[in-house]
Amino acid sequence: MDIYLPIASLSVDAFVIILLGGLVGILSGMFGVGGGFLTTPLLIFYGIPPTVAAASASTQVTGASISGVAAHMRRKGVDFQMGAVLVVGGIFGTFIGTFLFQILQRLGQIDTVINVLYVLMLGGIGGMMAKESFTSVRALRSGNPLPARKRRHHPLVANLPMRWRFYRSGLYISPIAPFMLGLITGILTMLLGVGGGFIMVPAMLYLLGMGAQVVVGTSLFQILFVTIASTMMHSMTTRAVDIVLASLLLVGSVTGAQLGAKFAQRMRPEYLRLCLAIMVLLVAVRMMLGLGFQPDEIYTVQLL
Amino acid sequence: MSPSVPVFWKILAGMCVLFFTVGNTPVLVTDCSPDQVSIRGDFNGAQLLCFGAITYPPGTRNRDRADIVVVLKGPTESIVVREKQQIAGIWINAASSEFRSAPGYYAVASSRPIEEIVDDKTADIYELGLDHLQLSPAGTIDSKELGRFTQGLVDLNSRGQLYKTLPESVGIEDSVLYQARIDLPASVPVGEYSAETFLIIDGRVEAAEIKEITIEKIGMGRFITNLSQENGFIYGLLAVLISVILGWAAGYLFRKI
Repeated sequence: MDIYLPIASLSVDAFVIILLGGLVGILSGMFGVGGGFLTTPLLIFYGIPPTVAAASASTQVTGASISGVAAHMRRKGVDFQMGAVLVVGGIFGTFIGTFLFQILQRLGQIDTVINVLYVLMLGGIGGMMAKESFTSVRALRSGNPLPARKRRHHPLVANLPMRWRFYRSGLYISPIAPFMLGLITGILTMLLGVGGGFIMVPAMLYLLGMGAQVVVGTSLFQILFVTIASTMMHSMTTRAVDIVLASLLLVGSVTGAQLGAKFAQRMRPEYLRLCLAIMVLLVAVRMMLGLGFQPDEIYTVQLL
Repeated sequence: MSPSVPVFWKILAGMCVLFFTVGNTPVLVTDCSPDQVSIRGDFNGAQLLCFGAITYPPGTRNRDRADIVVVLKGPTESIVVREKQQIAGIWINAASSEFRSAPGYYAVASSRPIEEIVDDKTADIYELGLDHLQLSPAGTIDSKELGRFTQGLVDLNSRGQLYKTLPESVGIEDSVLYQARIDLPASVPVGEYSAETFLIIDGRVEAAEIKEITIEKIGMGRFITNLSQENGFIYGLLAVLISVILGWAAGYLFRKI
C-alpha cells in the first residue's frame, strides 16, 4: 500500500516501513537499545532524505523507549537523580547539536558528517562489544567463569570537583561527569537520530561505575527525554520530522519491541551481546563502504 | 472523478471558437486535464493530459508539417548544486554552484524530436528542451564548469523523473487535433505549473497558448505540512504525543496478553 509522506514529499510502501520498524523493534526489545542506530541508516538506504530520516528516527525512539522506562520504574531500576543530571546535559547537547546541524547544512557537509560519525561510533563501540562478548562467550564455553570486574569509576571521573551522592546508583561522584555524558549523547541524538543507549550503557558501567541494576533503566529514562527534546528542536529548526513516517515506524517498532523482549528471555546474555556487536559492526562496514565507493549521485540539490 | 463530461464541453466550446475565428494566423485552442492535481495520502504520481485543436486561416500551406510542442514547467527555485569528489578516500561535497531559477519540474513533449523541429536559437528563446533551460546561474564560474553542474542537475532530476524529454509523444490527428500525456512522479514538487503549447511550422513558432495548473497537497498532508511550517512548536508536541501514546498503548496491550 503506497502512502505519501508529506514532509519527505515522496511516496513509500507503508508495509515496508512498518516491517522495517518491526525489525528494528525486535532488535531493540532483544538488546535493550533504542534502535535508532539501525533506523536512520535503513531509512537512508530506502531513499528517505538523511535529514528527514534522522529527525523522524529520534521521534520513533521516544515511543520505543517509553514502555521500557515504565517497566524499569516499576522495578525501581531508574536513578531519577542521575537521570535528571543526564537529561539536563542531554538538553544542552540538543542545543549544541542544532547549532552544529545548521552550520553543517549550510556548508553542505551534514550527510558526510552523519556518515563518518556513524562509522566511527558504530565501529568503535561494536569492536569493543565484540571483543568483550567474545571473551565471555569463550569463558562460558570452556567453563571457567571470568573474574568479576571490579566496579569503580574511571580516574578521570574521580578527579572532578564537587561531589554528589547518587543513592540508587551507589555513587559519590561529581555531577559534571554524567552531565558531560548526557551532553555528548544529546549532540549525537540531534545529529544522528540515535537514542545513544549503546554509548550510554557502557559509559555508565565502565566510566561512571554505576550499579548494573539501574544502568539500563536510567539510560532509557535519559533517552526518553532527550529524544523528546530532539523532536522539538527538529520541529522548530530543520522542520524535518515527518509525523506519518514516524507513526508508521512506531506501529512496527512498538510491536516488535514486545516480541523482542520475549525472545530475549530465552537467550543467554553473552550470545545476545555478541549478536548485537556483529550487527553493529555490519552496519558500520556498510556505511564505510558507502563512503569509499563512488556514490550513485555525484550531484545533490539543496534549496536556498 | 470522471473528467469526460467537462472535457467534452471544453472541446465543444473550443470548436465554436475555432468556427467563428477569422484571422490570418493559426490559432491554438488548448486545455489540460486535470487543471488541479491533488496530492492525497495515497498519491503515487498522476498523469496530465494536454490536448486541443489547431485552426488555420484559409490558404495556410504546409499544414501537414505542423508540429506541436508542450512544455510543462513547475515553480522555479533558487538552488545550490553540490558536487562530490573523492578526497582522502571518501566521497564528500567539494564544489558547488548556485542557480537562481531552476524549475522543480520540467517536461517537454513534442510531435518529433525538438532538434528536428526548431534551431538552437528558437529553442533557447522558448526554453524548448533540457539543453535550453534558463537556470540563471549565480556567481562567476567558467562556462566549462557551469556546463558540468548544469549537466549534473539535469541528470539527477532526469533520473528522479522530474526532468524529461518526450519526443514523438504528441499525437496530431489530421493536422488538427492533438494530445500529449505527461506523467508526474510521486515526488513532484507542489506549486503553480504552466503548460505552454507551441504550434511550430517550418521552424517558426506560429502560435502559443499557456494554461495554469495547480499541484497542491490536500487533506491530512496539507494540514501536516502547513503546521510543520507555521508552528513548529505545536507540531513537535503533536509528534511527541503520538509517539508517547503509541509506545505506551503497545506496552499496555502486551502486558494484558
